[in-house]
Amino acid sequence: MLTTRLAQHGMHEFVWIAGLFDPTESVHAPYMAYNTRIVLLGTLLLGMCSGIVGTFMLLRKKALVGDVASHAALPGIGIAYLAVESVAPGAGKSLPWLLAGASLSAACGVIVTNLIQRTRLIKEDAALGIVLSLFFGAGIVLLTIIQGMKTGSAAGLGDFIFGKAAAMTAMDVTLIATASAVVLVVCFVLFKEFAVLCFDEEYAAALGWPVKRLDLLLTGLVVGVTVIGMQSVGLLLVVALLIIPPTAARFWSNRLGPMVLIAGAIGGASSSIGVLLSATITQLAAGPIIVLVGSFAFGFSLLFGTVRGTFWQLWRQRTASRRKGQLDLLRACYEELERNLSPDEFVRDDSTHEIPDLTVYPIKQEAIIAARAWSPGRVAELLRSAILEGWLRQDSNGQLRLTHSGTRLAARAVRNHRLWELYLIHYAEVAPSRVDREADLIEHVLEPGLIDQLEKLLEKDRRGSVPASPH
Amino acid sequence: MFSEFYNLLSGWFALDTWIVITAALAAMSCALPGAWLLLRRQSLLGDALSHSVLPGIVLAYLAMHWMEEHHWLSADSGIRHLVLFMGAAVSGVLSAMVTELIQRWGRLDRGAAMGVVFTSMFAVGLLLIRMFADKTHVDPGCVLYGSLETSAMIPLSSSIQIPRAVVINGAMLLINGILVIAFFKELRLSTFDPGLAAALGLRADWIQLALMAMTAATLVAAFESVGAILVIAMLIVPAATARLLTDRLSTMLVLSLLIAALSAVLGHVGALTLPSMVFSRLGYPDVRDASTAGMMAVAAGGLFVASILASPRHGAVRRVMDRIRLQVRIASEDILGKLYRRDEAVPVEDLTPSAIVTPVPLRTWIEWLARRRLERRGFITVTATMNQLTDKGREMAQSLVRSHRLWEAYMARHFELPGDHLHATAEQVEHFLSPELQTELAEELDQPSFDPHGKTIPGSSVK
Repeated sequence: MLTTRLAQHGMHEFVWIAGLFDPTESVHAPYMAYNTRIVLLGTLLLGMCSGIVGTFMLLRKKALVGDVASHAALPGIGIAYLAVESVAPGAGKSLPWLLAGASLSAACGVIVTNLIQRTRLIKEDAALGIVLSLFFGAGIVLLTIIQGMKTGSAAGLGDFIFGKAAAMTAMDVTLIATASAVVLVVCFVLFKEFAVLCFDEEYAAALGWPVKRLDLLLTGLVVGVTVIGMQSVGLLLVVALLIIPPTAARFWSNRLGPMVLIAGAIGGASSSIGVLLSATITQLAAGPIIVLVGSFAFGFSLLFGTVRGTFWQLWRQRTASRRKGQLDLLRACYEELERNLSPDEFVRDDSTHEIPDLTVYPIKQEAIIAARAWSPGRVAELLRSAILEGWLRQDSNGQLRLTHSGTRLAARAVRNHRLWELYLIHYAEVAPSRVDREADLIEHVLEPGLIDQLEKLLEKDRRGSVPASPH
Repeated sequence: MFSEFYNLLSGWFALDTWIVITAALAAMSCALPGAWLLLRRQSLLGDALSHSVLPGIVLAYLAMHWMEEHHWLSADSGIRHLVLFMGAAVSGVLSAMVTELIQRWGRLDRGAAMGVVFTSMFAVGLLLIRMFADKTHVDPGCVLYGSLETSAMIPLSSSIQIPRAVVINGAMLLINGILVIAFFKELRLSTFDPGLAAALGLRADWIQLALMAMTAATLVAAFESVGAILVIAMLIVPAATARLLTDRLSTMLVLSLLIAALSAVLGHVGALTLPSMVFSRLGYPDVRDASTAGMMAVAAGGLFVASILASPRHGAVRRVMDRIRLQVRIASEDILGKLYRRDEAVPVEDLTPSAIVTPVPLRTWIEWLARRRLERRGFITVTATMNQLTDKGREMAQSLVRSHRLWEAYMARHFELPGDHLHATAEQVEHFLSPELQTELAEELDQPSFDPHGKTIPGSSVK
């Protein structure tokens, strides 16, 4: 129904997209939609799996192992083709055999990398580059040889390099689905083990876990995901599926569990969006566009991720610095009033009403400007925000006054400041002339528990709720 | 087989020579910056750069195509390459900056940040190629493994018959060589002692940037010939191979150049001969040749593996040989000791037939080697029924047993160990006691005649 309406409006590109989500359309749905549905399912699963496996690799700082695996798979494809072709001519392009060859040679590549790294003669990153380029070179040699043969053509084999998601068949998807199920189950069952492996390998070894075998298993999962992903994204870019979603997920959570889920979601989403885009706009090759959608997700996460995103970090910094300015302002107001009033009048030291009622006294703006090294503009801005927050108010004469809540906050800020000053003088033996600045730095980060301890420590100096200034 | 090899190479034309020269120049110009990247532990940076210059190159191609369409640029003007170099340099530097930014903003692992950036840039490049395939004339396959064979065919101009690729890569090699020689001291200092370099006022960041620009330019020059992926092989592998063979910087640079050139020669010869030689035996008589660039990577890899195995200082073969030699020496000394003790317990003339036919049991091939060694050097005589010490062998064995028993005596005096704990350590130490130490031990113990087990300590053979 929807599809026919879309078709009437000339929006043919969207017809099959609607068909995807509309079960009633499946009978009328053109072949294209069925095929796209297959491809979509396959890449979705693939994206999820690679995101999940990639998270563990990222945390183990072995993100680029996937790159080695994918490049190293190429000679295996060539050899598998030749081997199968020599046994059963014409059957060389049967996918399971090609993938088996690819997995074997990818595994070889990773093992060789490890061996080279273990000799300690060559730095780790150089070993990656060496193995990657050599295996790839050997693969290219084999492919050109196969191309030169009269019996076979390497046309289908080249697809592994650049990927050809659109050519996915139902059988491929079954394969991908099976492999994905295995990967997901392994990751779910061994989640705790992998987590410890990522964060504290020595601890895992001390627990008596087979660290080496776990590492091998994880590497095996990477090889599996890489080899399966090669068909759709291409071996050049499949590593992006392993790196980009987890790196993007890193900005949304500091915990492993959520991070794995988010990475899987980002991987799945970017793969399916990429496939849909490339199916809609024929010029866009699926592999690159899947990667670029992932890159876009990464860029978005980098900026707006809730935990480590740049935007929220800046926001948090700004908020903290504004709060600090406001408290400094309130403290300046408090101290200004304190200076002009006599002690008896000022401190009301009865238990029911510990904090003095300062709301009745007007505050001179000039005095505050003079008290701190603030520009008049900065003071005006701070005053405005403090009035907005309801800590200061202007009375009927246009004069500034503290409100009750403002007084409470100001008293607390002054108390924190002075407690720390006293502590520095008595216990850290800092000269009284220097403590003011240091207390300025620390007063905003003092926690309630710490303040209690400070108060206990400085019991003898305590007068009322706000100790006297040591100056 | 050799004649087959010769036959296959009989079709060697001038073009093949140019191919080898192009390949060698490209590989050598890559090897120079590659060596510095390797020493600075930034090999992956080269990898990343080789991917991320792609969009720049494609965009430069598109821009030139557009300019040619509007007749602002004639098709064969020299500006082409300048534009290409600039495109590549811009996208290379851009990717480095973005990586740096991402790493700082996101507090990410360097490898991950690099992985994100270079795959994204490469994806952009591939996408552009696919979208404008008809305009750019860039074949995606060519991007990966170059087109050495065709690039060696395009002459510089109608009057000069030298291939253009030779001129470009040669110029690049020359520039790289001059830069490396001119800034040798600065590069060396900032690579090996960044702290001192900073203290002397060297701008490490500028050197880094210059090295990156040099790498990017070299990559573009070599790109046409060997492609984006195989250029990594030329960047990293010759340098790594040279690093295995020497510990001296200048030697390493020269060696990496030689290895690069050698892998180019081997690569082309291998590409012409190997496929046909191997596959004709597998039943594919029509296989002729393979990609030279790919074979170059394989050849470079072969050289790398060979030097890992045979490196004079760090080589795996050397280490295994050393270990075997030591094991053989220890095993042969054990045999000597065993024979000596047998003779001590039962004088030769009293040997019963059963004692005679129980020669030193040969458990492993190491012991077999050890017995061969002893026999060859004339320490023992071997007959079908028994092994016998020669006089020379007896002297040697005596010294060994003396070491063993002196050590036991020393241990018994200075450490409170039960008697049955002495033997095992002495068994190890006897192989490493020098004659001087032996004399000193004997003096320390006042020339003892018996070991703690009551056995005679044989007299000193050291006079």
